[in-house]
Amino acid sequence: MSDEVLVRGILLAHGSMAQGVADAVRRISGVGAEALVAVSNEGKSPDTLKAELNGLLSDGPVIVFTDLASGSCALTARVCCRPGTDQVVVFGVNLPMLLDFVFHRHLPLQELVPRLLDRGKESLQSIPDFPHDADRTVSD
Amino acid sequence: MPIELYRIDERLIHGQVVVGWGTQLRPNRYVVVDRALAHSHWEQELYILGVPERAEALFVSAEVARVELPAWRSSPDRSVLLTPDIKTMLALARGGLLEGERVNLGGIHLRKGREEVLPYIFLDSTDRAALRDLEAEGVRITAQDLPGSPKVPLESLLG
Repeated sequence: MSDEVLVRGILLAHGSMAQGVADAVRRISGVGAEALVAVSNEGKSPDTLKAELNGLLSDGPVIVFTDLASGSCALTARVCCRPGTDQVVVFGVNLPMLLDFVFHRHLPLQELVPRLLDRGKESLQSIPDFPHDADRTVSD
Repeated sequence: MPIELYRIDERLIHGQVVVGWGTQLRPNRYVVVDRALAHSHWEQELYILGVPERAEALFVSAEVARVELPAWRSSPDRSVLLTPDIKTMLALARGGLLEGERVNLGGIHLRKGREEVLPYIFLDSTDRAALRDLEAEGVRITAQDLPGSPKVPLESLLG
């Protein structure tokens, strides 16, 4: 029996994104809901979403992955995850980041979270690879 | 400049507002009218994290909003005004202050006693009465979650 503490993941995202991406993680990695729970904000009031997320946060390290930093999912995660605990919020989640997560849940958060951010950023590529400035301000 | 959007949405500043409406309207001011939030600086900071760099966010009570509304309207800034519920928009509209304006219903979610009228709008009898009162203040009300979605007139929501 291992005493290893595994980080739990909660994927909180808009519409059916959470279920869809979590399904992709399962299909690719074979790792299931014990590692990553999908939660959607669809049709839920802010209070309902907070209650659902709070119900999933328990003792032990957890990362709440959200999609849009300005969205209601991210706001809910910020409200629910208490500073100074083992509760971390990551914004801008993508599939490569989550695949790395499910295989490295044994790492301490201080090591795991920077690693996941790096994986997520490194996965953004294009063909052809256009010159770009990483510090450029994106216009909308 | 007129207020670009008056919206009732429990989620206030969030993805649909900042991305969906914000990309089209390009506001540089988000006014959140909510008494509790106006007095909670830590919650304000959470919402401000979702505001684009080019914009500012103000958090005020309905009483303050009624006083400041003429200044926002005459300012060169483009504003989006948000309330979390119908009663707050109604408090702002009392006395015909919003007469001739359009109010957008963007998100009123399920809770006990409410029934679904649209996937993003749930109403009970109190909500319906408040909407009628709001309309009586000279406000034109439609439901529309995103700019590209169909506008649903109030009569359809009240049944």
